[in-house]
Amino acid sequence: MTELASKQRPKRPEFRNINAFKDLTTYRMTPAAWVSILHRASGAIMFVLMPFIIWMFDTSISSELSFERFKAAFNIGMLGLPGFIWKLVALALIWAYLHHFIAGLRHLYMDATHSLSNEFGKSTALVTLALSILLTLVLGAKLFGLY
Amino acid sequence: MSVNYGSKRLVVGAHYGTRDWLAQRVTAVLMALFTFLLLARVLFSKGPIGYDQWAGIFSAQWMKVLTFTVILALLYHVWVGMRDIWMDYIKPVWLRLSLEVATIVWLLACAGWGIQVLWRL
Repeated sequence: MTELASKQRPKRPEFRNINAFKDLTTYRMTPAAWVSILHRASGAIMFVLMPFIIWMFDTSISSELSFERFKAAFNIGMLGLPGFIWKLVALALIWAYLHHFIAGLRHLYMDATHSLSNEFGKSTALVTLALSILLTLVLGAKLFGLY
Repeated sequence: MSVNYGSKRLVVGAHYGTRDWLAQRVTAVLMALFTFLLLARVLFSKGPIGYDQWAGIFSAQWMKVLTFTVILALLYHVWVGMRDIWMDYIKPVWLRLSLEVATIVWLLACAGWGIQVLWRL
């Protein structure tokens, strides 16, 4: 204990109150750290947009007539916003769901198998980031009618 | 679950966490299975998805009951997650409590709407 506290060791910085602009920007974010914060951010996005999700469920499923309104929102527009804006909102939800889903499976797998090595954390984090972005691009291309 | 450590009892907001931690994972598994089921039913439906195919997926009683359960699972899952966010970032108690109450209202309103849509189908 006395050796650890001896004067030879430089004092490590202590953060009592993290400043979002001064301190956070100096963090070296590993892939696992990105997955972690994006897991939280994607969850928050889906929470905020939950009424829009239920609106989509409602209009798409209630009747033929509402189904046409559902389609029109994305093809023509709604509430004064053009259709592509709503498609972008849907695309944001698609990414959020995919990332949250894949990162969640990663969590469950880690909990179940105690796979907690640095290598496993890094490789699965990279897979999570890549797969969610790739699938978002594929579904986004379909959403915007590229194929 | 909550052990009373005499006069030094540690009072925390998350009931020592284990129950909600487990609930979040159990509900996650349920929602993941539901996602795969829904995905399979959409992918294996014949022809382009129109209104009839889409509404048909949710018309069976067992699918309604399952979707209802998933909505409740989602409710609890999101509650645990959002409360974690408020507990991590919002320090003033009055503001955190207000946001937690708003979260509950928001979630109950959304769940009610979703269940209404489901059962008038």
